[in-house]
Amino acid sequence: MKKLGSRLLAGPYVLWMVLFTIIPLCLILYNAFTNIDGGFTLDNVAAVTDYVNAKPLFLSLGMSLVVTLACFLLSFPLALVLSKYSKNKNSIIVMVFILPMWMNFMLRTLAWRLILLNNGFLNRGLDILGFDPVYLMNTKAAIILGTAYDYFPFMLLPIYNALVKIDKDVINAAKDLGATSFIILKKVILPLSLPGIVSGITMVFVPSMSEFVIADMLGGGKVYLIGNAIEQAFNSGYADVHLGSGLSLSLMGLIIISMVIYKFFDRGEGGHGLW
Amino acid sequence: MAKKLIELVGITKSFGNKTILDEMDLFMNENRFLTLLGPSGCGKTTTLRIIGGFEMPDSGKVLFEGRDITNTPPNGRPFNTVFQKYALFTHMNIEENIAFGLKIKNKTKEYIKDKVKYALKLVNLDGYEKRMPDSLSGGQQQRIAIARAIVNEPRVLLLDEPLGALDLKLRQDMQYELIRLKNELGITFIYVTHDQEEALTMSDTIVVMNKGYIQQIGTPEDIYNEPQNAFVADFIGDSNIMNGIMLEDHLVEIFGTKFQCVDEGFGNNKPVDVVVRPEDIVLTEPGKGIIKGRVVSAIFKGVHYEMEVEACGFDWLVHSTVLVEPGKEAGIWIDPFNIQIMNKPESEDEEIFIEE
Repeated sequence: MKKLGSRLLAGPYVLWMVLFTIIPLCLILYNAFTNIDGGFTLDNVAAVTDYVNAKPLFLSLGMSLVVTLACFLLSFPLALVLSKYSKNKNSIIVMVFILPMWMNFMLRTLAWRLILLNNGFLNRGLDILGFDPVYLMNTKAAIILGTAYDYFPFMLLPIYNALVKIDKDVINAAKDLGATSFIILKKVILPLSLPGIVSGITMVFVPSMSEFVIADMLGGGKVYLIGNAIEQAFNSGYADVHLGSGLSLSLMGLIIISMVIYKFFDRGEGGHGLW
Repeated sequence: MAKKLIELVGITKSFGNKTILDEMDLFMNENRFLTLLGPSGCGKTTTLRIIGGFEMPDSGKVLFEGRDITNTPPNGRPFNTVFQKYALFTHMNIEENIAFGLKIKNKTKEYIKDKVKYALKLVNLDGYEKRMPDSLSGGQQQRIAIARAIVNEPRVLLLDEPLGALDLKLRQDMQYELIRLKNELGITFIYVTHDQEEALTMSDTIVVMNKGYIQQIGTPEDIYNEPQNAFVADFIGDSNIMNGIMLEDHLVEIFGTKFQCVDEGFGNNKPVDVVVRPEDIVLTEPGKGIIKGRVVSAIFKGVHYEMEVEACGFDWLVHSTVLVEPGKEAGIWIDPFNIQIMNKPESEDEEIFIEE
């Protein structure tokens, strides 16, 4: 009886999963491997190797890597500083950094537009200070900046959480055994915060791979990413759901492969081999 | 003659507006097992952390062999610490944990290997090199923490309630283990605990602390048999602490009855604290003791019976191997030698204060 009860409790979630994960996934799978006539084809999946699709794919890959790296380089030192504060103080300071996450992300991106426009806040400020204007709008740099800004909290939080969990006495023990600050960072803090870094990287890298809205808003349509390619396949005048599904599937495959490679390296490192 | 190894001079430390240590002076001799004993909040752990270099005193000096090391960071002191919750590096295996300090000192591979093997043998965990800390029990982890500290051949080993998280049986085993280790290594151990039994079992010297002040320093026998004030008497073991009046040398009045004692030099008609250990009270036939009472309760404790005897309006705690049934009358007799006379505390700080 109890078993049945707990199964019933899981019902809504199972329904949710079937309706919004499994069925859509099956639809994409089906569309990806069929053409308009309903016949089986590999063309849609193979389309990613065409120059028109491969180019945005590699651009997306490259930009996501830069975004992820930038997020990591920014958040790790910050998380380190925040975790050193006493508990009460830092919850407010951490909040300040997380706060932008509570704002609609379209608005945040729009705000970046206002800053980066050729006569935007940035250039007006530079003008006042007597510097030459910088034309960032509609460049890759603008998209990287906007994406990194949007995903930064997703990197910061897990790393911060991992860092505050490290027992202060473990650091003290390392100090006691003669370790300098650098060795403590490299041999103790970094490996112990690895789980946080792993989830931070995953949470930034994966969504920024398929990003296209930020590219639209800050790239002005001049930077064409794989996300844009998929979006166009679904939404443009000559929509082709089959091509769109095929590209999505390829992208998903690529992300899964990169995650597997990444996890493999991650396990290999593990913070084990000392020196 | 043992020489002073570590000396604390006028150490004061506050956290916020709470003074933890107030002008503390203390020295430790070479090759001793010294225990800082006291209730939580007495400043014992802070003292240890100041010696280890993890806390800076607000004022005062820490001397090592006469050299001022107050501002030396922990990695510049020839001490190693064993932390309360082991503080092992959970991402490294046992060998890497123990080798950590040696690798930093750039020792050769052969040297490190030998040392790790030796240290594991010393703590009875041969062959555990490749295990991960998480796969070990609490007692084993604590031994690894000890091994990790002693491979660095510290002059002093600092131990911060290292057995606190272990169960009773394991704790007792580890006590003997620590005594053996100390004798084998021939280095100074400074040990922090709130467990009086632990302190009595292992120490050469016990420093009893309360509210940031040292209450008494002495051997376990001194501390137990000759407590200097009511706090020490109450904190170390069970005791009957009563108000008394020292009528003259060798004669004290408790609850209106005169008792012979061996103390002298307190002056005449002076109010004092009187301490009698429960095992020092002898129950006799009614009428044969110094005073007469009635047994209120008796509990079998294994080695002895713990009885409460009501006499003169005071519940006397008595330990005896001979049972007197509750409700029966009994006489109370105390050997004059076993009556401890102590001055009343002069300041508030010395008042009895036990948190636990």
